[in-house]
Amino acid sequence: MKKQLFLGDEAIAQAAIDAGLSGVYSYPGTPSTEITEYIQASPLAKERNIFSRWCSNEKTALETALGMSYAGKRTLSCMKHVGLNVAADAFMNIAMAGINGGMIIVSADDPSMHSSQNEQDNRFYGNFAGIPMFEPANQQEAYDMIYDGYDLSEKLGYPILFRITTRMAHSRAGVVTKELKAQNPVKLEENAHLKYILLPVNARRRYKDLLRKQADFLEESENSKYNRYFEGTDKKLGIIACGIAFNYLQENYPDGFQNPVLKIGQYPLPKKQLSKLVDECDEILVLEDGFPFVEEQLKGYLGIGIKVRGRLDGTLNRDGELNPDKVRKALGREVISYYEVPSIVENRPPALCAGCGHRDVYEALNEVIKEYPAAKVFSDIGCYTLGALPPFRAIESCIDMGASITMAKGASEAGVYPSLAVIGDSTFTHSGMTGLLDCVNADSNVVIIISDNETTAMTGGQDSAATGKIHAICKGIGVHPEHLRSFVPLKKNFDEMKQIIKEEIEYRGVSVIVPCRECIQTLKRKKK
Amino acid sequence: MKTDIILAGVGGQGILSVAAVIGDAALEGGLFMKQAEVHGMSQRGGDVQSHLRISDKPVSSDLIPLGNADIIISLEPMEALRYIHYLKKDGWVVTNSEPFKNIPHYPETDKMMEAYHRLPNKIILDVDKIAKESGTSRSSNIILLGAASPYLNIEFSRLENGIRHIFGRKGDEIVEKNLEALKTGREAVSS
Repeated sequence: MKKQLFLGDEAIAQAAIDAGLSGVYSYPGTPSTEITEYIQASPLAKERNIFSRWCSNEKTALETALGMSYAGKRTLSCMKHVGLNVAADAFMNIAMAGINGGMIIVSADDPSMHSSQNEQDNRFYGNFAGIPMFEPANQQEAYDMIYDGYDLSEKLGYPILFRITTRMAHSRAGVVTKELKAQNPVKLEENAHLKYILLPVNARRRYKDLLRKQADFLEESENSKYNRYFEGTDKKLGIIACGIAFNYLQENYPDGFQNPVLKIGQYPLPKKQLSKLVDECDEILVLEDGFPFVEEQLKGYLGIGIKVRGRLDGTLNRDGELNPDKVRKALGREVISYYEVPSIVENRPPALCAGCGHRDVYEALNEVIKEYPAAKVFSDIGCYTLGALPPFRAIESCIDMGASITMAKGASEAGVYPSLAVIGDSTFTHSGMTGLLDCVNADSNVVIIISDNETTAMTGGQDSAATGKIHAICKGIGVHPEHLRSFVPLKKNFDEMKQIIKEEIEYRGVSVIVPCRECIQTLKRKKK
Repeated sequence: MKTDIILAGVGGQGILSVAAVIGDAALEGGLFMKQAEVHGMSQRGGDVQSHLRISDKPVSSDLIPLGNADIIISLEPMEALRYIHYLKKDGWVVTNSEPFKNIPHYPETDKMMEAYHRLPNKIILDVDKIAKESGTSRSSNIILLGAASPYLNIEFSRLENGIRHIFGRKGDEIVEKNLEALKTGREAVSS
């Protein structure tokens, strides 16, 4: 078949479609967003009636995927690494219950934090839950692993965690696709309730099943074509390269490896191959993007057994993503650069777009809180987090989805006044609604600004679950209608905006203000 | 034959379209390629880059090693310098001369040109001006690609086909404008 140019994300999406996918359930998050977007735009997916609408958050997404799998169909759930924290309750317990139709969960990790608040390595989640994992080294492998992964998931009866990193997600290469498979029919399991009702009596049995299955998972890894052993003559050093790190290693050995190399693409770690490498080499170098996941397991806490080098002993940087130069240095070779970056080159941080409604919100807010020097503004995850940077410097926090509202509540209860939150529309329906209910129930003295641009903007303008619903949601939660205010954030409304913010700061109780104006990026796109 | 290309600019200037055209042309030419790009947060007016690697043999790393880039193509003069440590000793820099000033301490033009002075191979073009004069004002990025085209080891006609493929969805008029822009850019450096 002809090669097609695919982002890692797109290769995953196309492979899932080709493998007989029936539904993808996701919440947008860089660098995972393009997987679901690709399926949404695919004519073939449309023809096959593949469900692909965005979900409210990663937890609802993963649970819905489980429902589809329960009914026997193949399903995909995609999220960024921190999204799996939101879905963790579902994730850990799906591993207990197991699945029916094949299920793959994509975690797109972001080492170096290009667009994230941490660089957690979700391979730990895979181990934590005790399920098999894939980690592709290139786009073709990403395609093949997903395509075959559904068969494996169904054969084992468990979901597969598919771990990629930003480079894999957002790097393009030619990919050869495979034959289109039929979708599964609805096929319910007999006695499914014994799996899916995790009452202690069932859960204890399911946990023993999961523990017993570990041997099968290991055997699959040891026989996997994605875990490959390369013989080498120089046995002073053996090298383990996981996922995309293998590419950086190969870059430095264009004519083949001199050292024995174990390429890892499937977990649990293949014991047989690892033992062979350790037995025949004096020292082991571990190359992995993210945390020292393999290195730590190999080395042990005290590090008194096998001699292992990597991120823990300073051979490689402990934080940040790998690249060919860091790997080259770790191999003891020289990195040559001919030109120095001149000192005149200035940082160019991202900024709110010219004409963005969040700008007007922050301008009005900053103006009002000048009169309240003790004011604290807690914020959230989205474009409006850029209100942290000059010229606004308007916010105090950005921790996780929804934390603006709950932090404002806690700070208010500690005595901070005025205590405000700025959260976006999509983030509000993702994880802000429950926090607002807490505020209402406690009659907290907070001002919550839900800056509504009618889209999930930071990730590129995906549909927001909140569009057209924010007022009804707030009213339903119990916000007093008199203190549920709104305005259109525009320069010409500046006085009105300031007046409303000031009035609600003065009100002792829960206030919600909804500035609403469409994102200028999505507006531009519609006009085109 | 291997060509390592760094594309640089500011979010929204259109470097990903340039990358997509070159990528398409390379693939059509039966070459191997990898192209790493930046999505997400930086696209909001921050600095963006893309590493594009084209070869007649399979490409290993998605990222170009330091000191290895054959060419840096930049839609903004300061952004080219941000990646100058990636340039090969005899590599080329092809850049737009027009600064994109969305930060408070943008360097002075003289100081920037001093840095360019030290580079042996460079093309500095006011593509914004060329775009305006040639009636393709929204295609500065493709004019720059045209100016860089002699150094890419890709046939010009394949780049033209790349434009047809990449912009095809947007209609014939957009395709024609961009084909014209590509030619204008090429002519600007061959005269």
